Amino acid sequence: MRDIAFGQYYPAKSFVHNMDPRVKILLSIAYIVAVFLVAPFHYLGFAACLLFVIIATLFSKVPFLRILKSIKAVLFFVILSAVLQIFFNTNGNLLWSWGIIKITDEGLFNAGFIVARITLIVMGASLLTFTTTPVELADGIESLMYPLKFIKFPVHDFALVMSIALRFIPTLIEETDRIIKAQKARGADFESGNIFRRAKALIPVLIPLLISSLRRADELADAMDARCYSGSDKRTRYKKMKITYRDVLGFLVVAGLITGVVFLNKFYILITVL
Amino acid sequence: MRIVTENLSYVYSEKSKELAVQALNNISLTIEEGEFFGIIGQTGSGKSTFVQHLNGLIKVGKDKGSIVIGDFNLTDKKCDFKSLRAKVGMVFQYPEYQLFAETVKDDVAFGIKNFFPALSEKETEEMVKTAITLVGLDYEIVKDKSPFDLSGGQKRRVAIAGVIVTRPEILVLDEPVAGLDPQGKREFTELLKNLHKTTVKTIVIVSHDMNFVSENCTRVAVFSHGELYAEGSPKEIFSDFTRLKELGLDLPVTAYLTEKLSETGIKVESDITTDGFSDAFAAAYIENKEKRRREE
Ligand SMILES: Nc1ncnc2c1ncn2[C@@H]1O[C@H](COP(=O)(O)OP(=O)(O)OP(=O)(O)O)[C@@H](O)[C@H]1O
Ligand SMILES: [Mg+2]
Repeated sequence: MRDIAFGQYYPAKSFVHNMDPRVKILLSIAYIVAVFLVAPFHYLGFAACLLFVIIATLFSKVPFLRILKSIKAVLFFVILSAVLQIFFNTNGNLLWSWGIIKITDEGLFNAGFIVARITLIVMGASLLTFTTTPVELADGIESLMYPLKFIKFPVHDFALVMSIALRFIPTLIEETDRIIKAQKARGADFESGNIFRRAKALIPVLIPLLISSLRRADELADAMDARCYSGSDKRTRYKKMKITYRDVLGFLVVAGLITGVVFLNKFYILITVL
Repeated sequence: MRIVTENLSYVYSEKSKELAVQALNNISLTIEEGEFFGIIGQTGSGKSTFVQHLNGLIKVGKDKGSIVIGDFNLTDKKCDFKSLRAKVGMVFQYPEYQLFAETVKDDVAFGIKNFFPALSEKETEEMVKTAITLVGLDYEIVKDKSPFDLSGGQKRRVAIAGVIVTRPEILVLDEPVAGLDPQGKREFTELLKNLHKTTVKTIVIVSHDMNFVSENCTRVAVFSHGELYAEGSPKEIFSDFTRLKELGLDLPVTAYLTEKLSETGIKVESDITTDGFSDAFAAAYIENKEKRRREE
């Protein structure tokens, strides 16, 4: 369970790591928009997005292999959508058929299109999580949600809940690991039997886990109380987020990317003619 | 059952270059039946990783050495881990966190239901009763209580009853006294000694409490950075003052006193248990006094 590459922070000192988390989040969203803007059959747009990811990765010092590996987490999803497109899209010219299965050229194109879209999006998103710690992410999201305060949305509490949840994920994984081992030592069997038996076998793990989570929550609340925590607006920050030249540069590059994609969509025909 | 490990190594996250941790490196260790075996070492030295190998919770990797316990060859793919786990009981740090059932009785019976499902209700209850009594609780009082309504020390006892209920021959404990008060620690030590005398043949215990180790263990292994640093009787291990300090380990009070006294010229030869030390010290003291009187 510890080996999930997607969504893990990769510690390094780099141009991208040092960018403002707020800007990184916004730019990631802009990048995803750029990927969605690429129109079908205009594959140069995808090439532009891929180029952007590669350059951003170079500037982040994250090994490119790591970024590729993050696709593994959604591999099943990618394959499933590709297969559905290939076998069940009946529009376009028929290339091959067998019973109800018909493979058409449009199906193949659509499959390629979807695979490219998902892969590019996952690569971009994982670059964000590789270069931004969960705490920075939570701070960034809180700050970006600030306008919601005007409709009385408890932004700060929401952000606190989010960062506590993020903080406790590794702890929970560790705890689960330990309880599973303790019950295995008492002869619990999680691997054999049908699905109902297996679900039932999880009870001796889930109950201790639930109890220790409740205990943890209690302790954390007490500890916060003891340090006079109150979720007021007057709290200052330990780390101030600041926009620097890096962020301006990043903004310009992504703006360039979006313009490029729109341009490629519009002038694709022009380019092929030339 | 005898425990023999040879050249045992283990690496966490072996596939990943950055995350790989060599937790064990070529550990060869034999623990005889009947021993009260202590394992010490600073944090992260691989003690927990080692003991988790002993009942197959961590499997021996390919070309990572071998473990044989009695008739069980843990390196063998066909090894019957379920039977092994019935023979080798394992108590983790904070064992009370593994309680889950509605009543103490059911929780303690969990192991029997898993290992010996063929036993009748009556036989099961008999075994549960024996185990709960062994850990020093009153069966009639606690059997229908929720384990979560007990005190911390009682919870820990129930958890241990849940492990010894299947009558393991070897009991492995990983820092079992963490978080207990001095009184709780003393009671727990008595409980272990009693178990060792009556039901469990071999005890393997990971401990940070050097006084406990010098007092109770027949033999001690010192782990350091995943390697077996030293092995021997408590006396042998704790006589090497400076080396242990280098490893960041404490000394039992008796070893410390022996060392201090020898600096002032009083040689106290003992097995460094409290009793042994007191006797030897009394003898040395009287001898010293007599010597002085003669000199006068
Ligand atoms: N699940 C795990 N994944 C990755 N590394 C681990 C894991 N468990 C332990 N390690 C690493 O393996 C090494 C040995 O750990 P181990 O838990 O065996 O030490 P220990 O001697 O029991 O320490 P302590 O006295 O703190 O309990 C440590 O460097 C630790 O960081
Ligand atoms: Mg440990």
